[in-house]
Amino acid sequence: MSWITKTFTSSIGRKIIMSLTGLFLCTFLVVHLIGNLQLFKHDGGAAFNTYSHFMGTNPIIRTIEWGLVLGFGFHIYEALMLTRRNKAARGSQGYVSNHSEQNSEWTSRNMGILGTIILIFLLVHLYNFFWRARFAGDLPRMGGADPLTRDYDNLYLAVVSSFHIWWYVLLYVAAQISLGYHLWHGFRSGFQTLGLNHRKYTPIIKYVGYAFAVVVSAGFASMPLYFFLFTNADGELAANAPALLQSVAAAF
Amino acid sequence: MAGSNPNAKPMNLTLKVWRQPNRQAQGKIVEYQVKDISPDMSFLEMLDVLNEDLLHAGQDPVAFDHDCREGICGSCDLFINGRSHGPEKGTTTCQLHMRKFSDGDTITIEPWRANAFPVNKDLSVDRSAFDRIIQAGGYVSVNTGGAPDGNEIPVPKEIADRAFEAATCIGCGACVAACKNASAMLFVSAKVSQLALLPQGQVERKTRVENMVAQMDKEGFGACTNIGSCAAECPVGISLENIAILNREFLAAKAASNNLA
Amino acid sequence: MQLDSKIPEGPLAEKWEKHKFNVKLVNPANKRKYDVIVVGTGLAGGAAAASLAELGYNVKAFTYHDSPRRAHSIAAQGGINAAKNYQNDGDSVFRLFYDTIKGGDYRAREANVYRLAQVSVNIIDQCVAQGVPFAREYGGLLANRSFGGAQVSRTFYARGQTGQQLLLGAYSALSRQIAYGKVKMYTRSEMLDVVVIDGQARGIVTRNLITGEIETHAAHAVVLATGGYGNVFYLSTNAKYCNVTAAWRAHKKGAYFANPCFTQIHPTCIPVSGDYQSKLTLMSESLRNDGRVWVPKTVEMAERVRQGQIKPQDIPEDDRDYFLERKYPAFGNLVPRDVASRNAKMMCDEGRGVGSTGLAVYLDFSDIIKRTGAEAVSQKYGNLFAMYEKITDEDPYKQPMRIYPAVHYTMGGLWVDYNLQTTVPGLYATGECNFSDHGANRLGASALMQGLADGYFVIPYTIGDYLAQTPPKPVDTNHPAFAESKAYVQARAEQLLSINGSRTPDDFHKALGHIMWEYCGMARTAEGLKKAKGMIQQLRKEFWQDVKVVGSGEEMNQALEKAGRVADFLELGELMVDDAYNRNESCGGHFREEYQTPEGEALRDDENYAYVAAWEYQGDNQPEKLNKEALTFENVKLTQRSYK
Repeated sequence: MSWITKTFTSSIGRKIIMSLTGLFLCTFLVVHLIGNLQLFKHDGGAAFNTYSHFMGTNPIIRTIEWGLVLGFGFHIYEALMLTRRNKAARGSQGYVSNHSEQNSEWTSRNMGILGTIILIFLLVHLYNFFWRARFAGDLPRMGGADPLTRDYDNLYLAVVSSFHIWWYVLLYVAAQISLGYHLWHGFRSGFQTLGLNHRKYTPIIKYVGYAFAVVVSAGFASMPLYFFLFTNADGELAANAPALLQSVAAAF
Repeated sequence: MAGSNPNAKPMNLTLKVWRQPNRQAQGKIVEYQVKDISPDMSFLEMLDVLNEDLLHAGQDPVAFDHDCREGICGSCDLFINGRSHGPEKGTTTCQLHMRKFSDGDTITIEPWRANAFPVNKDLSVDRSAFDRIIQAGGYVSVNTGGAPDGNEIPVPKEIADRAFEAATCIGCGACVAACKNASAMLFVSAKVSQLALLPQGQVERKTRVENMVAQMDKEGFGACTNIGSCAAECPVGISLENIAILNREFLAAKAASNNLA
Repeated sequence: MQLDSKIPEGPLAEKWEKHKFNVKLVNPANKRKYDVIVVGTGLAGGAAAASLAELGYNVKAFTYHDSPRRAHSIAAQGGINAAKNYQNDGDSVFRLFYDTIKGGDYRAREANVYRLAQVSVNIIDQCVAQGVPFAREYGGLLANRSFGGAQVSRTFYARGQTGQQLLLGAYSALSRQIAYGKVKMYTRSEMLDVVVIDGQARGIVTRNLITGEIETHAAHAVVLATGGYGNVFYLSTNAKYCNVTAAWRAHKKGAYFANPCFTQIHPTCIPVSGDYQSKLTLMSESLRNDGRVWVPKTVEMAERVRQGQIKPQDIPEDDRDYFLERKYPAFGNLVPRDVASRNAKMMCDEGRGVGSTGLAVYLDFSDIIKRTGAEAVSQKYGNLFAMYEKITDEDPYKQPMRIYPAVHYTMGGLWVDYNLQTTVPGLYATGECNFSDHGANRLGASALMQGLADGYFVIPYTIGDYLAQTPPKPVDTNHPAFAESKAYVQARAEQLLSINGSRTPDDFHKALGHIMWEYCGMARTAEGLKKAKGMIQQLRKEFWQDVKVVGSGEEMNQALEKAGRVADFLELGELMVDDAYNRNESCGGHFREEYQTPEGEALRDDENYAYVAAWEYQGDNQPEKLNKEALTFENVKLTQRSYK
């Protein structure tokens, strides 16, 4: 084995890959969330479709996409490797009585379960939007004269219709709660693993991580909830939506 | 006869103790009753009572490791009611007192559980993996006799204090026992950061961390997932900051050392 | 046999230099042909094993612990003395030497003590180089404090964990040699006999504490670094495993045992709270710098406190007796350990002791708390107060601590010459297990110094002198002496297992401890000692008829280990009593009530007792033979201590 493989198959090396891919995926979440916020624009999906078209066609984005695939791939692969190693480290005879809830946070001990929920969601999510848009081609078409959206998928409509399916909304929200907890631990953990610990900055990183976890997961979860609860099949605000939302929508 | 509190009432307790005759044998939990336990007793003194009872009854006493009984040698190592060294924070088993329990309690007592810590007998485990990790590099290579005057190596007080805090690790293994992953990172990091912080440790800084981590992995300890149980259960309060330092040292060493192996 | 201490000729300050030149050297290429066994891996043993391996010898190191990091050296709190004079306050090698000789009440060898003071400076350098995190000043240089009533600040420390940090330093040096393959480490191995062939130590017999296997190990020389025997009192500040077995088996194989009655009682320990008590915990001596020691003035008031009818903090000033301040106005609460201890015992004997057992005095911090605030006191003693509260469930910020003296250290041990060689050629003793440097009383922060001095800086030179005169032929365990020793060890274990009586080893140990504490503890009388001798003989007889050990020898069997150690304590105890009875004087830790000044201080008899009592084993149940090594003092003037 060369020093490179040795480094990255060591316990700390694997953790470093977990951390790097995890933090990289965090940046993806930011981009994805900002893009998805276009859903809230009251323009019948024009902005969102422009955004999704850009994401689907821009060569730079398409290249980075492969990075994303690798990021997810390694994050999941290393998680499996580490879990296997860590399970073996305890040995065949575990504790009869173990009260780890008295010495650590639930989230930090259950990253695997949380990650698995997120993975299941991801597969459904990818099938529903990414696969159908990119490969299956069974999404509703936009048509029209706009050179950017010409003949391209009307992803907005696909999203809005999905967000009116109760079980999909439920899965989506559950996954976002998992993501929130995953990030609650994962964000600061990523910095710790890279050795970025400092008496001045670590407390800041910790609270930024908590805020990140809440904002990102709440941000994503707000979308299906918003469409499920307050809009009609075309994504237009329903008449019975709260007055506050009406006025916010009017402002945009 | 209670020393501090003449009104302290003696307790009767049920103990569920892991019994295992030797390393190869299958173990199991066995239940015992102990009576008239003074709240002023230490936990190990309570086990002494049990063992005296067992011996009188012609039964094999429970084997457990202990020595100084003042919380510094790191010998004692019991997993009590699901916690390393029991319920009290910052305390070794020998300094845990029975006043933390109540009359009629059932107490489960198990050995440290880790693949790298095989059970010798009952509650005694083999922690020699820790020694082998230190042997892999947890030292400064100076022979006796050649040292310069102590004051020729000034160390800023803040650095000396931080190194000292890392150096207080007693090597008991509570961190491994508490960790969901049976990881030894807190133990390893304490020694790595102590020597990485001090000027004396600079010469071998890179090889030390590379070799110690390699040995740690070889012993079969798990990987750290930053859960924090270790630091929470550490009887001498070794901080998680040390694990970050270890990660940093490892990364820097791997990136910059001339070691191609 | 005539005792030859082999003290080099010449002026005191030049003896060690000259001796180092005069000792024979082993050719560097030949060093790997010599095997050395080191038993015990505390400060003295760990340092010796590492240093000898660095020189090139093949070392086999043994400990009954699961790791060489656990020896009781680790528990020393206060610090380590060294004559560095970093503080510019008038310290010097000669002053450290003088303080040690005087503190030991003139019962130690001048040459050994001077060498100890000389090498003390090297110890600090060595430990710093190893990365021992000593306390530092803001400028980055080493900090010192004054300790144990010394007039200069020469104590180096690492908070309250100096012993731990020094041991981990030695452990790291040892670990390095284990990794190099120069030290073969045997953990969980208890030494149960020394093998002597043609009058020379040639190996040991051990028991593997996990498998129970009896093993033999051969070497060209054997170094014992097996600690003190304070646990003969059952309750002491020693760790539970501390025992005399290795030293005692060596004694039975011809090594003389010197001054066994010299035991140190530490005045500030947490008192016994009940019969179940398994050990005592020391509270650092530094507490006496600010705490005031007192008991109630009257027996009646003391009785009320014992019954819990009144709290100590509610006792009016007028009803308190600050007895140390009253009796020793000049030194007050800072009188030496033995004086403070004896006075506490006197108060309790008068019926004025406190706590539910009546065996405690108060150490009161209310004055200093009033003067400087609880915050300042916490800065200084926070960890000690926390430890006290953990053990006693009492808050020393609110009510005075209860303290009582406890056995802490044994100055006596195997007799060794200047080379640290016992009366058995090839058998060496280092650290607390020898008798050499502390006389009748050890100064605070000197135990760590002696252990490391012996291990790092004395034995590596002196053992070479012996090995250079031993042919580098391989030694093996085929000699019949090994089989004989092994058979003896096995037979003894079988005997212990076969008795199947009604009392546990701990039960006998406690009974022995009571006898020793009562008659051979803080104050001794000829009459009491005579009585104790009979009681110990009787107890020993009962032990061999009625001890109960279950299980077998072929497994991990902690009761069997314990029984073997108690059996040896039962023999040592009698020798301690003999030695105390023989020494018709009071000195240091040995206080014979018949020999005291009108003020109640220890009264030495320099004319008749300025000697080391080295006892020679004569066979089972035979009186031991007393050999005397006369002590001559050419560089210090013998004076009577006074702390008035």
